[in-house]
Amino acid sequence: MENVLSFLTANKDAIFIIVLSVFLGFEVISNVPSVLHTPLMSGANAISGVIIIGGIILVGHATTTLEWVLGSVALFMATLNVAGGFVVTDRMLEMFKKKKK
Amino acid sequence: MILLNTMMPGQVVLEYSYLLSAIMFVIGLKLESHPETARKGNFWAASGMILPMITTLVLNKNAAGEGIGLVNVIAILLIIGAGTIVGSIMARKVKMTAMPQMVSFFNATGGAASAAVALIEFNKDPNNAVLVTLLGLMVGSVAFSGSMIAYGKLDGKVGDIFSKVMTYVNLLFMAMIVALILLVIFGGFDVQTRTYLVYGLLVLSLVYGVSFVMPIGGADMPVVISLLNSLTGIAAAMAGFIYQNEAMILGGILVGAAGTILTIQMCRAMNRSLINVIVGAFGGGGASNAEVQGSIKEITLSDAAVLLSYSQKVVIIPGYGLAVAQAQHIAHELDSLLGSKGVEVKYAIHPVAGRMPGHMNVLLAEADVPYEQLVEMDDINPDMPNVDVAIVVGANDVVNPAAYDDPGSPIYGMPIIDAHLAKNIIIMKRGMGKGYAGIENFLFFNDKARMLFGDAKSSITKLVNEIKSM
Repeated sequence: MENVLSFLTANKDAIFIIVLSVFLGFEVISNVPSVLHTPLMSGANAISGVIIIGGIILVGHATTTLEWVLGSVALFMATLNVAGGFVVTDRMLEMFKKKKK
Repeated sequence: MILLNTMMPGQVVLEYSYLLSAIMFVIGLKLESHPETARKGNFWAASGMILPMITTLVLNKNAAGEGIGLVNVIAILLIIGAGTIVGSIMARKVKMTAMPQMVSFFNATGGAASAAVALIEFNKDPNNAVLVTLLGLMVGSVAFSGSMIAYGKLDGKVGDIFSKVMTYVNLLFMAMIVALILLVIFGGFDVQTRTYLVYGLLVLSLVYGVSFVMPIGGADMPVVISLLNSLTGIAAAMAGFIYQNEAMILGGILVGAAGTILTIQMCRAMNRSLINVIVGAFGGGGASNAEVQGSIKEITLSDAAVLLSYSQKVVIIPGYGLAVAQAQHIAHELDSLLGSKGVEVKYAIHPVAGRMPGHMNVLLAEADVPYEQLVEMDDINPDMPNVDVAIVVGANDVVNPAAYDDPGSPIYGMPIIDAHLAKNIIIMKRGMGKGYAGIENFLFFNDKARMLFGDAKSSITKLVNEIKSM
């Protein structure tokens, strides 16, 4: 119980951000026309690559072999997610634009 | 980071760059929700990603106040450079029809990255934010292995395993995962034992991801990808929690919420609950008690050509068969040809046609079909009785009237496109096989329905030639 209380106290800011972000996410996303479902899913997927920041911090301060190896893998994977995700999304949306003409 | 409020100018800039980045994500997603601004939105989101990458690289300091060393900076730039090149090439080369697999694959890499970050953080400090670290490890691993299986399934490399046993196996795995997490946190074990338990959690989570997606049939794949996508977001947010990094927390949770909304919308479109999708393996052939009445009738190419040419209203209902056959371009040729003869042609888009929500829209957009010709299910259905010919191209379950008539059918209650109400129905199909959900389609036995067997692309090509030669 004490663990839980101290956890809730120590992480108050982060918990506030998380709870409010959930509502923000629902508000921002709802009422999307189904035409955009696939590109939006892909775009959101690219944003989930934000773990790349974690990868940068890890490799940035890596000292042990484990940190170097796993950190590099994490950073590479996250970059694939980010770069691939945004490019794929752009490709899909590019077609939507073309057809509007 | 938040705790070190020594007002170092660099730290302040770093913290506020995260806030800026989070705002850019929100603006990006908002713009991506509207067709006209969607591309701009993607650009905002991408910029929101690049900004914190730069500021972190330049300004990040560890607990001891040391910045990132030169060797590490070079290593980071090299890795990011390599990842960007590989990722962009993959994304540029993938065919539009293979888009769902690609998204699933990129989702897997994101999940793996989160799991790896969580694993290292646990190794660094087994007492810091343990619950969040373990959740990040677990969720990231499940998202990774689950997405890889979804990728393999969509790519035809992995088959389905349908078995009721899997439901219980999965429940068992879930219980074991929860038990392991509780053991590590409250078990009071020494660091060595806890480390073993954490590796056990990693393995178990990877296995669970596989066994979770394995029994889920094709009809539910869009739902699963969307769900895994939101899991990856949550995993990233958990990692953000470890670093108290606002950009990561907000970006991750935004994706988690977005994926959840999409998942729920898709479940609604299929009239099923999320629990039902996860627990009940769909597609194993739900026992239907209705007898099929009527017989299958074929139509000749010339008959089809005449029928179409002298119609006023034609609706094309595309499904996954159109994607597999790459028939979107020739379908557009058919609709232009008919259009030039004064026939009004529209496309009826079912929300879950294909393997992803909006899959059909993307394909038809690639073939330059005008936006106005794509009509969503709810808008086209009231008009279906006035339609002279409904052409079903490689779609099956989304036009199956069993959804209305047969309470025993697994798709009973799912909204469908009312092809059966059209005056004539032409069904293009490779053979008499059942749809992806493995259910008999009553539409094929309808008195107004005529079959045109063959690959969608070659069938439409022949049809176009036939109409031209009339």
